[in-house]
Amino acid sequence: MIQLEQLTKLYGSFRAVDAISLHVPKGTLHGFLGPNGAGKTTTLRMIAGILRPTSGTVRIGGHNVATDPIGAKARLGFIPDRPFVYDKLTGAEFLRFVAGLYGQEGQVVERRIDELLEIFELSSWKNELVESYSHGMRQKLIISSALIHRPELIVVDEPMVGLDPRAARLLKDLFREFTHRGGTILMSTHTLEIAEALCDRIAIIQGGKIVAHGSMDELRKQHEVGALEDLFMRLTGGAAAKELKAVLEA
Amino acid sequence: MTAADRGAQPSLAHVLIPKWRTVLTRMRQERDEGGRGKAIVLGTVGLLFWAFVFGLCFKMLRYFKGIEEIGSLLAGKMLGLALLSFASVLLLSNVITALSSFFLAKDLDLLVSSPVDGLRIYLAKLLETLINSSWMVALMSVPIFAAYGIVYRGGWLFPLISAATLLPYLILPAVVGSAVTMILVNVFPARRTRDLLSIIALGAGAGIILLFRIIRPERLARPEGFQTLLDFMAALKAPTSPLLPSEWVTRAVMGHLTGHPDWLSLYLLWTTAALFVAGGAWLHARAYHTGFTKAQEGAERFVKGGLWDWSLGRVLRPLGPSRREFILKDLRLFFRDTTQWSQLILLAALLVVYLFNIKSLPLFRGEQVPFFLVSVVSFLNLGLAGFVLASIAARFIFPAVSLEGRQMWLLRSSPLEMRAMLWAKYWIGTIPLLILALAITVLTNVLLRATPFMMAVGVGTILLLTFAISAMALAFGALYPQFETENAAQIPTSFGGLVFMMATIALLSVVIVIESIPVYRYLRAAFDHEPLTVTPLMVGAFALAAAVCLGATVIPLRIALRRIEDYEF
Repeated sequence: MIQLEQLTKLYGSFRAVDAISLHVPKGTLHGFLGPNGAGKTTTLRMIAGILRPTSGTVRIGGHNVATDPIGAKARLGFIPDRPFVYDKLTGAEFLRFVAGLYGQEGQVVERRIDELLEIFELSSWKNELVESYSHGMRQKLIISSALIHRPELIVVDEPMVGLDPRAARLLKDLFREFTHRGGTILMSTHTLEIAEALCDRIAIIQGGKIVAHGSMDELRKQHEVGALEDLFMRLTGGAAAKELKAVLEA
Repeated sequence: MTAADRGAQPSLAHVLIPKWRTVLTRMRQERDEGGRGKAIVLGTVGLLFWAFVFGLCFKMLRYFKGIEEIGSLLAGKMLGLALLSFASVLLLSNVITALSSFFLAKDLDLLVSSPVDGLRIYLAKLLETLINSSWMVALMSVPIFAAYGIVYRGGWLFPLISAATLLPYLILPAVVGSAVTMILVNVFPARRTRDLLSIIALGAGAGIILLFRIIRPERLARPEGFQTLLDFMAALKAPTSPLLPSEWVTRAVMGHLTGHPDWLSLYLLWTTAALFVAGGAWLHARAYHTGFTKAQEGAERFVKGGLWDWSLGRVLRPLGPSRREFILKDLRLFFRDTTQWSQLILLAALLVVYLFNIKSLPLFRGEQVPFFLVSVVSFLNLGLAGFVLASIAARFIFPAVSLEGRQMWLLRSSPLEMRAMLWAKYWIGTIPLLILALAITVLTNVLLRATPFMMAVGVGTILLLTFAISAMALAFGALYPQFETENAAQIPTSFGGLVFMMATIALLSVVIVIESIPVYRYLRAAFDHEPLTVTPLMVGAFALAAAVCLGATVIPLRIALRRIEDYEF
């Protein structure tokens, strides 16, 4: 569903993403992990067509994002890490607007809006301006907007930030159901437990390069570790616990 | 035990570190990003403006100085009036700025949760409010005071006296404005207060403009228009009072300039400012916490919003869902944001003044009006109308792209073509501007009793100019975006806004110069009582003017599209 080939992004002389190649098969939930500043968000934003790569290609369902952006984007729903939405629209108006961007309208959209708001417990906020929503409610609204046009692929950056445990559980179930029905998800997250429990395959990015890639079993065998956390720490060089202890006791 | 536990407090300068560090970093970034050209343009425009204000004041003061007995009285009155106008602007500006700095700023959570005492927070925020709302008035005062100092030979002490009077004069409205805001926020939620204040401020601004225009101050320049000297003197009696700080500044400054120093006024200014700051701190200690808590409450806003879908939604149906929803979204955002739609009040007042000015022109006094004069005024009015349209475009169309900034992730990740977005934004801005442009031109030409030829030239030119001005506003807004600015009203005051205005003035000048050729031939024929013969030169000039406008429409839109497609977020 997603095919990245030698994807590179430079910010001035800084190489944020360094010639990564990745294949995300249809119907899988693919985790994308890495420490802060590793290049996760930049990669996801290039896939979503927000950032233009310095070199390399992104294909979504066979459509090249650079040469056929409309064809590629029509299949995609993007959930960013920061929930910036139009404050002066109501939740329903926002969803209707997003559906319109994907060329959808009418009763089908209205029913879908009601369904999604119901699922995310936002029905009573349907006609409230977004400016009165909490951070978590905005996040739920953005997740709804990524689903409004029934995408084949969801690219999601840190989905659990700001969500209460109920909504987080709901999202996990929703993602599982989405992939069971043939949908594809590429998800970046810092919550390793979620990645371990949900993802069919995982890629770990460090310094703009993919340093590990495979299913959990494959990764365990390749790196001879038990838990994803141990693998992550080994590959990305986490801070030693004794140093943290020293800082706290100082 | 920490320093805070021991009662040690950070200095006021320490509390202000993030602010001045941010300013310094921004300046450094501007310089690193090749901001030298920008600094030169801004500096040149600023100096030209200063030179203009200085020249105007200098000329008037020189004239006043030549008038025996009442010369210095007139100079003092002029200064008093200017300072009184500044005071009203400062008061409104401080009330609005204080709302942001005291209650809505992003650094408040950190400051309020830290063990910094209330007085330091108050002084830091008061200083922030003072600087943000008064810098423009302070800069504007420089050429005015310089003119007074030079004409009346103030000597080396004059700059010090000016600074010593201006500082407390600026502090007073900052304290009063902050106190008014403090009280309002304790009554209404902060976000509602901002809406309320926007409307009040703009309504007051519009009222001042209308009042100022309707009292026709130009009559003061023509004393022969008054029946007696007493009438003239009565008209001179501006609404000043010995209790107003503007009067104290005037007395202190004019006292020094006329050799009769008025130390009492200076003393009054400083003691009142000190007393007000102490009073403000007292109020802050008692009312800030409650106000700050209320400011965190979101204004509940339930919106049904079906009216747009039923009315305009149906009209726009042929455009397809993506363009229609985009246009509806932009209109909803505009009319639901008080800081946006309330600008229409000011716009309406300016238009009334514009038409009033045309009507007040001393062209029709019973006798036959020279045809030549009416035609020239009608033609040159195109430049003025174009300038008014450019100002409106700067306010409403220039910020259009910037306002999408934070939501650009949504537009860029959707299949909406950037061309469609630009197209929607262009027409949303152009159609109202076009209606306005045609209304101004037709009405002014009717008021001027212009000939059908001049009416046709006016309408045709303003039509083409509007398309170009709108495209340029959108393009310069895309070239100089302000994605981080939340207040749309601040976006046109950026460097990009200035460049847009300069580019528009250049376009207006070029078009008027080109069209002056056929207009001159028309006037010449009328003057010689000969029938107008259309020559290839006339046709060529009109075609060239149209081509210039067309170029100024298409090229900026293409540049804007390329720029928007290159944005990275």
